[in-house]
Amino acid sequence: MSLDSVINWWVDNERLVYLLIDALGQTLSMVFSSGFIGFALGIPLGVLLHLSKKNGLLENHVLNKSLGIIVNIGRSIPFIILLVAIIPFTRFVVGTSIGTAAAVVPLTIGAIPFIARLVEGALLEVPSGLVEAAQAMGAKPQQIITKVLLPEALPGIINAVTITLVTLVGYSAMAGTVGGGGLGDVGIRYGYQRFDGTVMFITVVILVILVQIIQSLGDHLVKRVDHR
Amino acid sequence: MIEIKEVNKVFYQGERVINALSDINLTIAQGTIFGVIGSSGAGKSTLIRCVNLLERPSSGSIVVDGIDLTELSSQELTLNRRKIGMIFQHFNLLSSRTVFNNVALPLELAGTAKNEIKSKVDGLLELVGLSDKSDTYPANLSGGQKQRVAIARALASDPKVLLCDEATSALDPATTQSILELLRKINQELNLTILLITHEMAVVKGICSEVAIIGDGKLVEQGQVGDIFAHPKTELARQFIRSTLDLTIPEDYRSRMQTQRSSGSYPLVRLEFTGASVDAPLISQVARQFNIDISILSSNMDYVGGVKFGLMLAEFFGTEQSAEQAVAFLHEHKVEVEVLGYVA
Repeated sequence: MSLDSVINWWVDNERLVYLLIDALGQTLSMVFSSGFIGFALGIPLGVLLHLSKKNGLLENHVLNKSLGIIVNIGRSIPFIILLVAIIPFTRFVVGTSIGTAAAVVPLTIGAIPFIARLVEGALLEVPSGLVEAAQAMGAKPQQIITKVLLPEALPGIINAVTITLVTLVGYSAMAGTVGGGGLGDVGIRYGYQRFDGTVMFITVVILVILVQIIQSLGDHLVKRVDHR
Repeated sequence: MIEIKEVNKVFYQGERVINALSDINLTIAQGTIFGVIGSSGAGKSTLIRCVNLLERPSSGSIVVDGIDLTELSSQELTLNRRKIGMIFQHFNLLSSRTVFNNVALPLELAGTAKNEIKSKVDGLLELVGLSDKSDTYPANLSGGQKQRVAIARALASDPKVLLCDEATSALDPATTQSILELLRKINQELNLTILLITHEMAVVKGICSEVAIIGDGKLVEQGQVGDIFAHPKTELARQFIRSTLDLTIPEDYRSRMQTQRSSGSYPLVRLEFTGASVDAPLISQVARQFNIDISILSSNMDYVGGVKFGLMLAEFFGTEQSAEQAVAFLHEHKVEVEVLGYVA
């Protein structure tokens, strides 16, 4: 499979090219919409996990333990099983269990606990002295969260976002196998099931480039906001 | 301005009960710079953290500017903390904010208008001498500059009291002096009451007018700085002052030291000058009067509040008789002399 064969294939298979472009669009929409919803729910969950800890701002042992257990359960179910296991829920939310929109549901559910733990870790990096200083200044708990904890943890949170998006690219390929569409789906249907090595190769290359772009963008952003 | 009444603080470490503070009573008048000095683990950090209730006392009350903080609800406490500024050993500046925005933080918390924040922060940065660093991030500042930013930030909400928690302990001696100077300046210009805790004698000597010595969670002694240093009443206070001045015998002297005088050996003595010692050039008088030569090994003398005090290690070269007379003469003049041994 030389570079020539790839170029020739590109010219000869116009229909497949459009298929790949469509698939890339589906992958992007799966990754970013589940990522977006995942952050919207996962970041507050991570903040809550951090705050409810012992000696935390809103110390609450019961809440912390129960959230911790739920998050651990979410993280221990293999994604491919989660994908199938929550089909009834997916159907309830989007009306169908097949297609890109349906794939977003398990992807989001899978991402939330992952993000929560990463955000919790990022918040843990914020020196406790800063929270104390804010308290001494007369900051309300909500002000401590928005003006101290989140801005100080921002580099870590952006890093968490990057890791999550990259992971979601991988998960979205799995979601493809159950009818979610996307590059993973094309790779498996054309490459694996039809023994078309070239299609498989191209999908992998596109995925690699996609991951590189996400990671570079993330690293660049972290650099810009990190003044430590 | 600050009244600490009957404050106790108990920590539980599993089954163990630790009395971090016991029966602390302290009154700090408006406009004074009050120092609390103690060795690490003495409870001084717990004490200062009790003043703004970062640490809630197990019992007792804390009255700042006429308000008993221990009786406030958490919302009221939050608002009242804005009248109490605090600076820390490790500065605790937000790395995500520039110098300007760090100083602006307390004003943002209080909901101050943008243009008002700008003029207030600019004024404060000028006061602490960092106007040119307004847009710099803390990571690019030196320790002394960071503490200046922290001081400006603590002053932003126009507090009546400034708490300094080991504020100079992470700084070198020269920077420490410049920070102390700044604290003295704001004490005078803003008539701010300052409570500081430290383990460094230099800090207390440098700016405090009153001092309390804390040991093992108890206030051992308190009073005017000069008095405490010159006439320590309790053994603990005395030990503490001594420990900060402590002079150790150099190793090679120690190995050559004998307990009995023999020919060719001379006494190594430790002289302790206190506020009670007669204020006269005693060392040269002794040398002349008893015809001995005095070689000073090391010495740690200080002058605080009109009083000379300190420790000195010296060898008395001369006959046995004249050395004894010299020791007796010094005793008479209220210098405490201890013959540590005889060095050949």
